[in-house]
Amino acid sequence: MIEIEGISKRYGETTVVRDVSLTIAPRTVTVIVGTSGSGKTTLLRIINRLVEPTSGTIKLDGEDNRSLPDYELRRRIGYAIQGHGLFPHRTVAQNIATVPTLLGWDRARIEAKVNELLTLFQLDPVAFGPRYPHELSGGQQQRVGVARALAAEPKVLLMDEPFGALDPIIRAKAQDDLLAIQKHFETTIVLVTHDMEEAFHLADRIAVMDKGEVVQYATPAEMLVKPATVFVESLIGAGERPFRLLAIDTVADAVEPGVAEGEAIASSASQREALSMLLWSGRKALPVVGPDGAVIGKVSLDGLAQRAAGPT
Amino acid sequence: MQLRVDKLGVIIAALAAYGALLAPFATFRANRIVAGEARSISEALPPAWAAIILFLIITTAGIAILKTPSRLRLGTAFAMIAALALGIGAAAAHLTPPENTYARVSPASGFWILLFALGLLAADALTRLRPSPLVRVLFLSAVLGFIAAVLTSGTWDGLSLLKEYASRADTFWAEAGKHLMLALGSLAAATAVGIPLGVLCHRVARLRDGLLGVLNAIQTIPSIALFGILIAPLGWIAIHVPGAAAIGIRGIGTAPAFVALFLYSLLPVVANTVVGLAGVPREANDAARGIGMTDFQRLIGIEFPLAFPVILTGIRIVLVQNIGLATIAALIGGGGFGVFVFQGVGQTAMDLVLLGAVPTVLLAFTAAIVLDALIETVTPNRNRVQSA
Repeated sequence: MIEIEGISKRYGETTVVRDVSLTIAPRTVTVIVGTSGSGKTTLLRIINRLVEPTSGTIKLDGEDNRSLPDYELRRRIGYAIQGHGLFPHRTVAQNIATVPTLLGWDRARIEAKVNELLTLFQLDPVAFGPRYPHELSGGQQQRVGVARALAAEPKVLLMDEPFGALDPIIRAKAQDDLLAIQKHFETTIVLVTHDMEEAFHLADRIAVMDKGEVVQYATPAEMLVKPATVFVESLIGAGERPFRLLAIDTVADAVEPGVAEGEAIASSASQREALSMLLWSGRKALPVVGPDGAVIGKVSLDGLAQRAAGPT
Repeated sequence: MQLRVDKLGVIIAALAAYGALLAPFATFRANRIVAGEARSISEALPPAWAAIILFLIITTAGIAILKTPSRLRLGTAFAMIAALALGIGAAAAHLTPPENTYARVSPASGFWILLFALGLLAADALTRLRPSPLVRVLFLSAVLGFIAAVLTSGTWDGLSLLKEYASRADTFWAEAGKHLMLALGSLAAATAVGIPLGVLCHRVARLRDGLLGVLNAIQTIPSIALFGILIAPLGWIAIHVPGAAAIGIRGIGTAPAFVALFLYSLLPVVANTVVGLAGVPREANDAARGIGMTDFQRLIGIEFPLAFPVILTGIRIVLVQNIGLATIAALIGGGGFGVFVFQGVGQTAMDLVLLGAVPTVLLAFTAAIVLDALIETVTPNRNRVQSA
């Protein structure tokens, strides 16, 4: 649990963050979205005290984040940034081992952790451990960056535009991997991005920032149905709303009784994917199969149309 | 096989032809002060020697003119330099009348022009071969080993330079020791002070401009003037600070020379430390802070290793510069190879000047090659960053 209470940050006359209060539930993904200069990165860096706030407090699991020396606090909080920030003169294994080494883990435990993380991120420890960051592709570098942030098993992971430097295909894969890893370690993630698509894909809750203030803090569905301001509405993009709404829930929530012809769709797919498949194949309904492969019903164009309709 | 002409090779061959045929190979003087008489290769060497040397020069010129493999060119250049080195020793033995200890034989302009042409040939071949740092250091060791072997074999004992050495053998090594102490000691002191100053300048932006400005100003003071400026304050310290005189601090002598060299050394060390630290990727620094390194851990673990090649480049500049500058220290009684240079100038004895100058050049050359090799070894090839 992260409790942000009345945080402000001023540089001279300029207020970068203005009286922000948010409560972030444990084991969730919270995405802070905003245009550049909205103060979102500053807010993130205040959580691990890379930036000291002018006023306000932050509590992690009820404990003030100033009760420890700043470097000890940061060793407990994962931190991953755009452009990965790997140390170019250290190998992949040494990079990942950074925080465990700072914490004084013994060598066997560090090695086991490095191997576990590399395997989890689909990098062969034997092949990739001894390589240097410049010998990796951008996607691999980014995965190592996140692995390094998770090495000391932090309860909280802060990410500043972690996927900003990746191309769209690798980015989508990296986002899915992140969600899987978040479930695996039950990490609380706070992620900063300017990409609304990314926010809707990853977030349990989204905080929209504008000129240093949080203008709305809500679940993706709430935000779509009831945007708090014109700014939030424009950020979401009026034309995208029905599709974003469908993207939030899975086909399982839209299954109707009945049968349909043709190629089936998995119940774990998003409703947006179902709509896309319906439109492309020119059918009125698709059969839906459950995780075991058995047909559990159908999803129809009319049913999805109702779900995609906004409040009247 | 088609024969093609190498442009630089033509120039090298022309130089070699001029040096071998038109310019004198050796100079003979009845004693060390009088004007010399020029001797061509055929006059300076016994007939068999002269024939061999001329034949080798023609062969070398041929290899230089045609487009030949770089390894062959390099090998030829080194072999020819070795032949010249032995040849000049033979000339000394041939020209000096028996039982005459006053006559002096020294290399003349033709010898130096040949040496220059061969140096050009070797340097050109080395540039094309791009040898690894280790190979370059091995080459250097081989050349130094050859020089040492020729010196100890007595082949050059008839040369005037070695005669000057023979009459000053003990002071030579004492001055060599002083020269090295001045150059390396001031470098060590400048490194010990300069790197922390560089770190401070990097962290405190306001200090950077001021300090680098002062060091820049010091760098513009001519060396002789700086030695002179230091006489007064160091003399004052020697008199007024208890114990200062006891550890050798005086207005003239080694102390002001050491301080001046130290001051000249500071700018390259401090400036390169600042540049090296500024070149550390911002993301790496941010990540290091963000995952909980203390400032000191970040400095030692991240910033220093990444800035090290640039700092080492500064140290290389200082070392080569100091080896040269330490010569001037002799003017204020600081010792070093400069002692022979200035004595030689005073006595118009060119050989004595060379006795100071040649070891200085050799030292600077050695230092440059060794440190360049070291810098290349520690500079990783990570400029190539793959895209996603």
